[in-house]
Amino acid sequence: MTGAWEMVVGLEVHVQLRTRSKAFCGCSATFGDAPNQNTCPVCLALPGALPVLNARAVELAARAALALGCDVHRRSVFARKNYFYPDLPKGYQISQAEQPLATGGRVPLPDGSTVGITRIHMEEDAGKSIHDRFPGQTAIDLNRAGVPLIEIVGEPEIRSSAQAGAYLRALREILLFGEVSDVSMEEGSFRVDANVSARRRGETAFRPRTEIKNLNSFSNVEHALELEFARHVATYEADGAIAQQTMLFDALRQEVRPARSKEGSHDYRYFPEPDLPPLVLAADWLAAQRAALGELPAARRARFVGALGVSAHEAEILTAEPAIAEYFDAVAAAGGDGKAAANWILGEVLAARNAAGGAAAGLVVAPARLAALIALVRTGAVSSTAAKAIFQTMLTDGAEPKAIAERDGLLQVGDDGALEAWIAEVWAEHPDEARRYAAGEAKLQGVLVGFVMKKSKGRADPKKVNQLLATRAGS
Amino acid sequence: MTVPLLDQGAASIAAAVREARVAAVEVFGAAHGRLLESHAGPDGIHAVLSTAEPPTVAPTSGPLAGVPVAIKDNIATLTLPTSCGSRILEHWVSPYEATAARKLREAGASLIGKTNMDEFAMGSSTENSAYGPSRNPHDRTRAPGGSSGGSAAAVAAGIAPIALGSETGGSVRQPAAFCGVVGVKPTYGRVSRFGLVAFASSLDGIGVFGRTVDDAALATEIVSGHDPHDATSAAVEPAAMRIGPGTLDGLVIGVPREYFPDSLDPSVRERCDRAREALRAQGATLRDVSLPHTDLAIPVYYIIAPAECSANLARFDGVRYGMRIEGDGIRAMYEATRAAGFGAEVTRRILLGTYVLSAGYYDAYYRKAQQVRELIRSDFDAVFASGVQALFTPTTPTPAFALGAISDPYEMYLSDIFTVTANLAGVPAMSVPIGRVGGLPVGGQILARHFDETTMFRVAYALEEALGAEAAR
Amino acid sequence: MAVTPDDVRHVAGLARLGIPEDALARYVEQLNGILSHMEVLQRVKGEAEATPPDAGMALREDRVAPVPLAIARERFAPRMRDGFFLVPRLATHEDAGEEP
Ligand SMILES: [Mg+2]
Ligand SMILES: [Zn+2]
Repeated sequence: MTGAWEMVVGLEVHVQLRTRSKAFCGCSATFGDAPNQNTCPVCLALPGALPVLNARAVELAARAALALGCDVHRRSVFARKNYFYPDLPKGYQISQAEQPLATGGRVPLPDGSTVGITRIHMEEDAGKSIHDRFPGQTAIDLNRAGVPLIEIVGEPEIRSSAQAGAYLRALREILLFGEVSDVSMEEGSFRVDANVSARRRGETAFRPRTEIKNLNSFSNVEHALELEFARHVATYEADGAIAQQTMLFDALRQEVRPARSKEGSHDYRYFPEPDLPPLVLAADWLAAQRAALGELPAARRARFVGALGVSAHEAEILTAEPAIAEYFDAVAAAGGDGKAAANWILGEVLAARNAAGGAAAGLVVAPARLAALIALVRTGAVSSTAAKAIFQTMLTDGAEPKAIAERDGLLQVGDDGALEAWIAEVWAEHPDEARRYAAGEAKLQGVLVGFVMKKSKGRADPKKVNQLLATRAGS
Repeated sequence: MTVPLLDQGAASIAAAVREARVAAVEVFGAAHGRLLESHAGPDGIHAVLSTAEPPTVAPTSGPLAGVPVAIKDNIATLTLPTSCGSRILEHWVSPYEATAARKLREAGASLIGKTNMDEFAMGSSTENSAYGPSRNPHDRTRAPGGSSGGSAAAVAAGIAPIALGSETGGSVRQPAAFCGVVGVKPTYGRVSRFGLVAFASSLDGIGVFGRTVDDAALATEIVSGHDPHDATSAAVEPAAMRIGPGTLDGLVIGVPREYFPDSLDPSVRERCDRAREALRAQGATLRDVSLPHTDLAIPVYYIIAPAECSANLARFDGVRYGMRIEGDGIRAMYEATRAAGFGAEVTRRILLGTYVLSAGYYDAYYRKAQQVRELIRSDFDAVFASGVQALFTPTTPTPAFALGAISDPYEMYLSDIFTVTANLAGVPAMSVPIGRVGGLPVGGQILARHFDETTMFRVAYALEEALGAEAAR
Repeated sequence: MAVTPDDVRHVAGLARLGIPEDALARYVEQLNGILSHMEVLQRVKGEAEATPPDAGMALREDRVAPVPLAIARERFAPRMRDGFFLVPRLATHEDAGEEP
């Protein structure tokens, strides 16, 4: 029945910025320390303590906004968002309201569609409330209180759960690319709230929306959207009405249910934060940030496909991580063969990195060396089989691939004399196959080449062996 | 009869300590004796809430070596409680130190005690202290003013030549006028607010009391300066304040007519007229000027200050520190704690501030007040752009009123009518004794441009030179 | 724009101030008294000329350097256990009637 209905979704994403210290104090912003260890007069909201904004947080927030195509405002103003909660020490969150850092971006998706960004503002995180540790008590850990965030408010332009997923993946990619955040939903550095409504296709007005919180994975987002959309549609089809309210997604039970709070009771009483003067960004500073950002992933993918000859799918994988994309660029530039470079990276290079422990293990072989190895294969100096063996050696050996090939006897042998000698030996050792081949049983050529390759320990140039065998059969 | 060392001024005390003519502990002992004497009996002045132990490591160097200082109870010190005159912070000892307190300590000063105040600096009489009011040393049936009434009374009683107070709408200048001492509110941003418990952040500032203009200038110079822990602290060049008396030749002083309304207490007007004469005699040119939005200052102030206070006082929730009254669930705990911890005036201002910020009222009250605040600020800009370098006004409409005399909240607010404008505009201002009426001190106010404390003190030294003997009589 | 008892109840709730019902009338009267003096602002026309763009705020370098605590958290916290501040149990984030 949902065919007559259209999903309308706007996403609000909170992203933790990758800083060493918190947004407004000198406490460490790291995770996993003993509870409340990373707290000070400022983030404990002791009487008389004052916030001072972290310059790096501003830089990362501006970078994210620029990468998402937003207008970053020369002047933005922090505001207090007032509410009581035990993990919010000051009784207000320092955020931005009427004058946010940035407005008006647009995120391109792989299917050619785009999703608009309404605004990006800076704010601070709250602490953590742990409800199940001590009976009858909630335990408060303020290590996270004051960690810098940006909130990315998207336009309600998303029309399917798949598009929502694509949008979030695009956001993640851009934020990773800009080294703005770790972007881990599991660790809470990328948190998604979804505003959902349904309307009949063709309707132009929006119907009441509900907000789903607690979405802690991309698949949960898509699943929760489908569930909630179906609920809206079913309600409308039964002539019911949807009330504007907050919903929680229960990942364990895979269900969306209403949060207990009474909606409409919120009155955050935003007003400009008097402890912080307006944030003023110099025009040349902004220009430098924009320049330093470099090529965005989508542009880079287009270049990989257009100028370097890789497939769209390969380009996708190559740009999934900035480090891989940069590595690919370097290898392709050094060797002049994008296609071969892509094959090597998507094959041997990433396999080796995974075997060594994933992204942290890094890309060991220097781009110039890998390019040199690719060149050895292209000129026929080594076989592709031998090249794989050489690559394995290169992971632990700093020598040039050519030197390794020579030392390990892996250079391809193309000299007619040497090849003829091996062929003669094979001819003598396998008289039956030799006779039948000479008599015209052409399919045996492969078998004989195999024997030669084996005898040469893989060094024989298979193309030449084939030619010489054909000549011998024909004589 | 020689003047006791304690009454010779901070610089003389410090010189005597540095030159080992007297030990800091002896000076402290003398100050402590004054404290006990003035606090004795049912009409003791009750200026000090907590009293320090004699310094164990007696300072022997620094511009305030061995000088006893009193600090308002809303400025964080490491050694004595910082209760802000509130039950909710009873016995609270700060785990960190305010920048201004540190600067005094590093200059060699000995903290003698933390002083009484209206709860969270909300009031003009100290009657809103949870620990009972202070009394005016000149007439113990009268209020010392507020909210920094304890600091003003401590200096007036000779316990300390210098004290720190804080201002949001006149809380240093008004009690200085009532107690016959010098009270300085530096330019907003001149002195770090780090460690000053916030009432209304865009208006708050640490101020200084001195027995004399020179003591006040010395202490203000010491506590001034940029602080990386306060984003509103200004990175500006220091201003010379301790410049000593001199002529006012070439100086143009504006006298804003809005500060001399028909309703002004005639005796206060008379003292101001004499002060004007004195300024003229010192070489200044006096000019009639207008600050046309002055009458809007109190309404603007009583929207902005409560609005900011409603957020600033949200941290007192019983979760991390301070008073906590258990209740059935978190909300009950919050409400019980805050009901028991806050007094009536604080409650009233939180309600008012929450109301003016709440949905549907923000534009009519808070936004409007911010706009009018800009008009008040531009009044000062215009008058200073017209060639006037300083302004002279009365500090308060009346001398000290009797304790208990004012019960209507708004009537009490009006005692700040001449002082709130400087806080709204951020300009420096100070009160200097200019005489007495029936034994009660009268204060004259000097205002100057942003960060021009030098000119302000120039006028203050001249006024003191001309009227000091009379004012001290 | 007269303040009603319900307004005071609402605002007291937002501010988490427990106000006994019998004190309500006094606050209603006082707030109305004070706010009546604010009405004068509504008659003010015109705005100040825009202030010149300020230099903006000084920022802090991203360095781990917290202001130290001279007194341990355990010594000033009303309730603490295993390093956590304790409050009466909230079943979920919604229980305080607010959301982050
Ligand atoms: Mg947010
Ligand atoms: Zn901190």
